Amino acid sequence: MATNLAIDAADVTKAYGKGENRVVALAGADLRVPYGELVMLVGPSGCGKTTLISILAGLLRRDGGSCSVLGVDPQALRNGPRTAWRGRNVGFVFQQFNLVPTVTAQENVAIPLLIQGTPRAEAMARAGEMLRKVGLGGRECSLPLQMSGGQQQRVAIARALAPNPRLLVCDEPTSALDGATGQSVMELVARVAHDDGHAVVVITHDERIYRFANRIVHMDDGRVTRTDVPPKEHA
Amino acid sequence: MLRIAIKMLFGDGARFYGILLGLAFASLLIAQQSSIFVGLMSRTSAFIRDTPQADIWVTDPDLLSVDDAKALRDTDLQRVRGVPGVAWAVPLFKGLLGVKLGDGRRTVCEVVGIDDATLIGGPHTMLDGQVADLRQADAVIVDNRRLARELRMATGERGPDGKPIYRPMRVGDEMELNERRAVVVGICDNGESFQYAPQVYTTYSRALQFQPAVRRVMSMVLVKAEPGQDPAELARQIEARTGLSALPASPFEWKTIGFWMRETGIPINFGIAIALGFFVGVAIAGQMFYNFTLENLKYFGAMKAMGASSWLLLRMVALQGVVAGAIGLGLGLGLASAFGLSNNPDRLAFVMTWHIPVITAGAVLVIVVGASLISMIRVIRLDPKSVFQG
Repeated sequence: MATNLAIDAADVTKAYGKGENRVVALAGADLRVPYGELVMLVGPSGCGKTTLISILAGLLRRDGGSCSVLGVDPQALRNGPRTAWRGRNVGFVFQQFNLVPTVTAQENVAIPLLIQGTPRAEAMARAGEMLRKVGLGGRECSLPLQMSGGQQQRVAIARALAPNPRLLVCDEPTSALDGATGQSVMELVARVAHDDGHAVVVITHDERIYRFANRIVHMDDGRVTRTDVPPKEHA
Repeated sequence: MLRIAIKMLFGDGARFYGILLGLAFASLLIAQQSSIFVGLMSRTSAFIRDTPQADIWVTDPDLLSVDDAKALRDTDLQRVRGVPGVAWAVPLFKGLLGVKLGDGRRTVCEVVGIDDATLIGGPHTMLDGQVADLRQADAVIVDNRRLARELRMATGERGPDGKPIYRPMRVGDEMELNERRAVVVGICDNGESFQYAPQVYTTYSRALQFQPAVRRVMSMVLVKAEPGQDPAELARQIEARTGLSALPASPFEWKTIGFWMRETGIPINFGIAIALGFFVGVAIAGQMFYNFTLENLKYFGAMKAMGASSWLLLRMVALQGVVAGAIGLGLGLGLASAFGLSNNPDRLAFVMTWHIPVITAGAVLVIVVGASLISMIRVIRLDPKSVFQG
């Protein structure tokens, strides 16, 4: 079971600031996510969700605890190798999509591949393939602003999946979308976990998408307070 | 990724054009004002360039510029001629004298008296007549650049407004130099001078007749070095043997330019205009470029999360700065050149030497590098958590 874990984080602590301004963001958080599972992190604003996934993705250093992500402790890697590791293994989907508005959908999807040094023609071909996979075949040359919010989030998902990462991290992927579009986007994200076998962590406040999760991890005051399994009939 | 960086720059139309406008305007101001400054300073030494026959200019040691009036003794000419390595040395008179024109109007001319025997020091470009015509009685050659304004002649007719009608002076016209008759035998074409007074060439001996009697009249000595003789070394020898100042043409030009730069407010005034151009660039283009990067910070943050190294992002920002800078610089230099070409070179002192585009490019580089550096600091210090915040 342990070898099947994509994420194995225990007693992770993190604080910002010093002295009177010190704010504890994580006070011993634990999280385990196997491959092929979609886990949702939920909780009030400021409870440490974003800090936890930033640490898991190697974007932030923890103060204490242990952390193994895809068999690696990101903090043990030097800056350059950690950045390269993240580019190869972690895909990101952002709340506001963060698509570069002045380049086409296909170029946006190709960005993580280009960052890794993939030749442009090869990157563009893979980007086209990913767009077709998320149902946006034929929209390769569209600019983000020419697309609906749902389509933009699909482009963002295609971009996150283009390097074939083993871990997908989604930050409020449906908060900028209407209900139906959000459900459709989540179906896509769930397939990444359940069909492709990737580990997926989703931060959300949107209870309407809970049914797509294998587990719902509740956080508060920098700790995991409980873990729920959504009812089977909604999954 | 660099192609993406360029698309990010070109795609943000309003900011991109704002950056270009700022850089182009800064480049225009810097290049145009510098060119006018160089043009003006160049005119201060126009007489030296218009007298290309001399290798060395021998003057009083206290002479400040080519237009200064500190005469030498007649015997100095012989002393200079006695220095080994001197091929020839001729006297030159240069001084301001009063002129009375045919219709009774009075003005002031800069009279240049050149060696009677050789006519060395005379104008290099003649529009009418020849330098040799100075050997005729009372002969003078006038500079065409002031003919229509100062050395003009009344036709005797009047226009509809009752004012006299004038024509440019021409060969055969007469005037009085210090109440002595002078006949125009030629029209020359000299480079535009910083001095307003029209130039009138005559022989050295005749210039002494025009000049009120004083003990010292020789303004300077023009010297030619023997073949194979280094002018700079010969100048040093002349100084050592005569105690006079001896400078090759180029250093003498710079001495004259240096005098005008030190003793007038011209450099300060142009310096202020050039600095203004620079600060306009910093204020407009630098600020807009910084804002452009700030606006793109979320995309850079996303790229950073996706594995882009800070080095890659810095290269993207630097490329955006360099491309914007190059286009803005090109536009600014193009506009400055068009300005210079579209104006009458006789009226506008505009000389764009190769140094000016280089200096302007340097200033633009400082602006874009400065703005890029500040922007880069934001990119490098990008808070990873901001990637997850809308």
